[in-house]
Amino acid sequence: MGKIKMTKKSTSTDMTAMCDVAFLLLTFFILTATAKVPEVLPVDTPQSTVQTKLPATDLSMLTIGKSNGKSVVFFDLKGKEIRQRTLELMAQKYNVTFTPKESEEFGLMESFGVPIQSLSQILDMKAADRAKAGQTGIPKDSLDNQLKDWILYARTANIEINDKELQFAIKGDAKEQYPAIKEVMDMLQDQKVNSFNLVTGLRGKNF
Amino acid sequence: MAELNTDGGGGKKGGKVRSKKQNSKVDLTAMVDLAFLLITFFMLTTTLSKPQSMDLTLPDKEDKPENKKDVKVDENRTMTVLLGENGKLVRYVGILETPVAGGTPKDFAYGKEGIRKELITRGKLVKDYSTAKGKPKDGMIVIIKPSKKSTYRNLVDILDEMAIVGVGTYAIVNEFTPGEQKLLEGKKE
Repeated sequence: MGKIKMTKKSTSTDMTAMCDVAFLLLTFFILTATAKVPEVLPVDTPQSTVQTKLPATDLSMLTIGKSNGKSVVFFDLKGKEIRQRTLELMAQKYNVTFTPKESEEFGLMESFGVPIQSLSQILDMKAADRAKAGQTGIPKDSLDNQLKDWILYARTANIEINDKELQFAIKGDAKEQYPAIKEVMDMLQDQKVNSFNLVTGLRGKNF
Repeated sequence: MAELNTDGGGGKKGGKVRSKKQNSKVDLTAMVDLAFLLITFFMLTTTLSKPQSMDLTLPDKEDKPENKKDVKVDENRTMTVLLGENGKLVRYVGILETPVAGGTPKDFAYGKEGIRKELITRGKLVKDYSTAKGKPKDGMIVIIKPSKKSTYRNLVDILDEMAIVGVGTYAIVNEFTPGEQKLLEGKKE
């Protein structure tokens, strides 16, 4: 005379699989996200309403800002292989040698602003110390125009490795005077690079 | 969300003493919640941290003077914007010496109430003018002349205005005529 018992269904679902997937994705995003390295030359970019994003590869960023009251230019290039190839070409041109370790370090670092002769000193430093090193900018006057060569060899390296034309982005400080920006633009135009990106910040809607 | 114990508490049959079965399941809800929260955070921050940029294409620079061609444009369609020190902005329409009606050199401020209004009204006038001439596609041409004292912010601001107003044809010109120089140096009105 057994009573018919309703079997109780459990209300909980098995979350193991979901949890697995969630953590897999989480690990993926954490690993792909690159930690923001403190900028070597902090600049306050002007704002605009244009919302085009910068490309992530095949890009070189020229940062124009003030350091010790002088307007300086820092150079940055995306992609480890391209960086290393560029360094190799520059080293040949300027008769400077870099050890494989230094080249490796250069491939991983961010923007820099020193003459190539003192680049190895910067490469020896820890990433955090580079910002405090008081980098003086890449020489760009007519006697010693290293910036021009960096631009040229970066383009060469990018075509060799990625078979694509390198894009240039100018990240200028809002307070920088126009001639400083024009100097860099002219340098790019001398090499027939006529199209570039100006890095800007986001402006409020009601502008 | 508590786990329901479903493996009934049947310990009374047969009188045997059985050790109670412990539920081996762990409640994962909170863990999943946290994982998804972090996923969302990382997904959003990776895409948002890409800086924005503004495309700028300049015309080819021609070094050889014999290859230089001066393009003649209708003065009724051009507006020249001079960028000066401390956010000074002067605009005139047509040729400086003989400006088009209503286009005498005048100071403007940056932004919504200043130069943008002027760009919009002038753009309409030019459009009417072109339509009357039978070429409705010819819009306004803006010549931007940043002086040596102007800042990068000024340049980006005015380029931004071009994008907002939708001026398709604009050029950055670096040469200043003495008349224009005087305009910028002149006292603020």
